[in-house]
Amino acid sequence: MVIGLVENDKGKLNELSLQMLTLGQRLAEQLGLPLQAILIGVDARPLADHLKAHGVASVYLVQHERLTDYAPEAWAHSVVEIVEKAEPQIVMAAGTDRGNEVMAHVAARINLPMAANCTDVQPGDPYVVTRVRWGGSVLEEARLKGTPRLLTVAPHAFAAEEVSATGDLVINAITPTLTNKDFRVRVAGRVESGEGKVSLAEAKVVVGGGRGVGSVEGFKPLEELAELLGAAVGCSRAVTSLGWRPHADQIGQTGTRIAPELYIACGVSGATQHIVGCQGAKHILAINTDPEAPIVAKADYAIIGDLHEIVPALAAEIKKAKAG
Amino acid sequence: MIEKTVNILVCVKRVPAAGGKMSLTADEQEIDTRYFNFTVSPHEECAVEEAVRLIEANGGSSAVLTLGSEVATDQLREAMALGIERAILLETDGREWDAGATAGAIAEAVRAQAASGMNFDLLLFGNEAADTGDYQVGIRVAHALDVPCVAGVKELKIRDRKAIAKREAAGGWEIFEVPLPAAITVKEGINLPRYPSLPGRLKAKKKPIERITPAWNGNGLEKVRLKLPAEEEHQTEILGKGPEAAASAVELFQKLGIM
Repeated sequence: MVIGLVENDKGKLNELSLQMLTLGQRLAEQLGLPLQAILIGVDARPLADHLKAHGVASVYLVQHERLTDYAPEAWAHSVVEIVEKAEPQIVMAAGTDRGNEVMAHVAARINLPMAANCTDVQPGDPYVVTRVRWGGSVLEEARLKGTPRLLTVAPHAFAAEEVSATGDLVINAITPTLTNKDFRVRVAGRVESGEGKVSLAEAKVVVGGGRGVGSVEGFKPLEELAELLGAAVGCSRAVTSLGWRPHADQIGQTGTRIAPELYIACGVSGATQHIVGCQGAKHILAINTDPEAPIVAKADYAIIGDLHEIVPALAAEIKKAKAG
Repeated sequence: MIEKTVNILVCVKRVPAAGGKMSLTADEQEIDTRYFNFTVSPHEECAVEEAVRLIEANGGSSAVLTLGSEVATDQLREAMALGIERAILLETDGREWDAGATAGAIAEAVRAQAASGMNFDLLLFGNEAADTGDYQVGIRVAHALDVPCVAGVKELKIRDRKAIAKREAAGGWEIFEVPLPAAITVKEGINLPRYPSLPGRLKAKKKPIERITPAWNGNGLEKVRLKLPAEEEHQTEILGKGPEAAASAVELFQKLGIM
């Protein structure tokens, strides 16, 4: 079989995990094997039924009184127990913080290679995977050996696809044998970030600023524009390095990957590190003085000129449109 | 009285400082770095800074380690210029080592250090290297040495022989607390690294570098070739020049349904 580790946050299935299952479906079909999912957590049961629409034939529901919150080694231990029992061909997760982390632990435990952030998997002997390097600026073709093949799937490489499923979903409840050691790393507390603030990763519209914004105060008009559009404000790595914005606002390979309907890039030149962070955007509007800037070539739309004049004009025009 | 000082090993990787468009070498095995400088991978630049700050705050000792060929001593000296005391080069012939082999060699070096009397309390890594992006070296080392590992950390404190680490999660932060010795993989943003001072650079230049030659182990993920992602043909629609373009931008927002 092909097994996918499905994450859930706050009673919802993780979107990137559902994307991972799309590749899982294709591989399962190609290999003539069933697609199975692992769901971990005491409150994960209600989510299992939704997985049928994503091609999942059966679910391992991992339940343990101590699995109330995220614990990477306990998760990895649970996956390894299932691997030993089910002897799958492939074990995969989404290329998220947790997905990559748990799969790295699984790989270390069973001493096999793990290919992170794959965009394609060709079964065979050996398997050949295509995976992301440099945040997506370069791809690597690599041979992935060992059984099971361990991999994660690059975010946004596949769309989450629903299929018409027949047959009943089989639920296998499993209680892994976990020890204190499996819980030596676990979430011991949480800090919730401010309510009402649109998160950069999930925002439908993002207004981003680069070095061209010029200063800390220069972001004021960008914030006003964002407010009008219900958008999140982001920035380039140059801006965080200059200390103008906190790192949490950084869009890029070493910051947040965004995937909005529209990204408005103001005074951003478009270094590779930034481009890989915003290539998930459906549309990009670049505002830049330099028509030759890489961001302008990458963008779907551009306004050439000084953002300090254009951004306030945009805000005024939106207010006018809203009033009219 | 609990011992406050910590011994820290920070593991770094030499990577090209790639800003613009990348191209590949003719054999498709590497990116063409003829016009690039090299640097410490971004998350690890922050790991170095974090090590220096933790030693400043708690006292103790620090060492930097990398796996690579002779040229990677540049990055060891960069770290020493910022205040790291010692440097260890796991010297290779320049071939690319996969994540499993790299972790094995690092774990072996940590054991050798322990055998010669240096027990590290904290192993710092970057969450993932900028180039290969394997997301697993720190975790594999932790596993080999049987120490806990917190990954993706953006805030770190050492208190009462414990590491208190925070990382970003959906809608906020997760807090982890693990006893030392521990491995921590950090992300950029945990701090803003300082620039090296000129005296720091000069001092680093003169420092010795300890060398170990690990045995090649190529059983892991095996690179076949690199390729560049397909460029989608597309035209940029210029909406206009200057503030006069605002009206057509708003039309676009309406068309896209974001207003």
